Amino acid sequence: MSVLSKLKEAVICLKAGRVTLPYPAQAQPVPEKFRGRPIFDAAKCTGCGGCANNCPAREILLFDLCQEIRILQYLGRRCAYCGRCADVCPEKAITMSHEFETGTNSIGDIQQRVELFMSTCQRCGRCFKEPSTLEQLKLKGYRVDDVAHERWVFRSKSYLETEPVVDDIKIEMD
Amino acid sequence: MLKNLCQKMFGRSLWVYHANSGGCNGCDIEVLNVLTPYYDVERFGIKLVGSPRHADVMLCQGPAMRSTAQALKRAYDAMPAPKLVFAIGSCACGGGIWFDSYSVLGPVEKVVPVNFYIPGCPPRPEAIIYGVAVAVGLVDKKTAPVKFKQIEMPIPRYHPQDLSGRDELVVYEKVEKV
Repeated sequence: MSVLSKLKEAVICLKAGRVTLPYPAQAQPVPEKFRGRPIFDAAKCTGCGGCANNCPAREILLFDLCQEIRILQYLGRRCAYCGRCADVCPEKAITMSHEFETGTNSIGDIQQRVELFMSTCQRCGRCFKEPSTLEQLKLKGYRVDDVAHERWVFRSKSYLETEPVVDDIKIEMD
Repeated sequence: MLKNLCQKMFGRSLWVYHANSGGCNGCDIEVLNVLTPYYDVERFGIKLVGSPRHADVMLCQGPAMRSTAQALKRAYDAMPAPKLVFAIGSCACGGGIWFDSYSVLGPVEKVVPVNFYIPGCPPRPEAIIYGVAVAVGLVDKKTAPVKFKQIEMPIPRYHPQDLSGRDELVVYEKVEKV
């Protein structure tokens, strides 16, 4: 009886065949709705900053060098690939690609940086329609995120203070 | 250089220790998925061990948190000398969605030095295998930082001083791009 059961096991194993994927040599196609790394199309981007205001991980930074040059930087370190930036983009400049092979030895490799010329209205100096009262709390004047230290700066307090509010925790290890 | 060192020292067989310092268990499931026969990672000689003292590689998942930073540091110190640390998932790479919470210190590189990053929330099992294959030297990394700079202003700039009146006609002389 035990020999029979062993034979049965062998038959089951042979029927299954080889299931292991030959992965790094030959990649398998990803599912259709898979969201990978977001790709920023600089030719379509108008620099409205909707993606930066909607990113839950605060990984898209905006920095206005002057009235006309705006830097948009995607850091991607803690990006959860939720796709909210691609949803909110009015020009469809952000696409969630199927790219997932992003393993690197330096975290700066997944950065994307776009420097744009912003053209403003000659009469009023603004680009877009007047924001609502809720949006006015967030969007007044320039965005000055800390590009040098790669951190998102809250508009409310940290702009006025010299000490950064975000990311200021020091670890004390013995 | 790190790649050559890795190939020489480890002999292409990594014993991994799996440390979760406060993640949501998503990356754990993906790492265990890597060890199943479907993505059989023992082809590369990778084996999961239970103690950091037996390990070459620590797979870090989850951000460094106030309560687990000390334990993570002690697990790292317990590993024998040629050691690598992989940060798996966006929590370990950058702090995760709750990066500004009071209990989250930030990415694990604040506590232990990280050699390889595999972002994703969670990363696909293939992405984890790819990161390990980059570390072992089987494949080259695909990512590079992208920079785009608009050199020309898309609309010609308007200078009022360049306007000149020529008999009943106002002519704008310079049409230059910035």
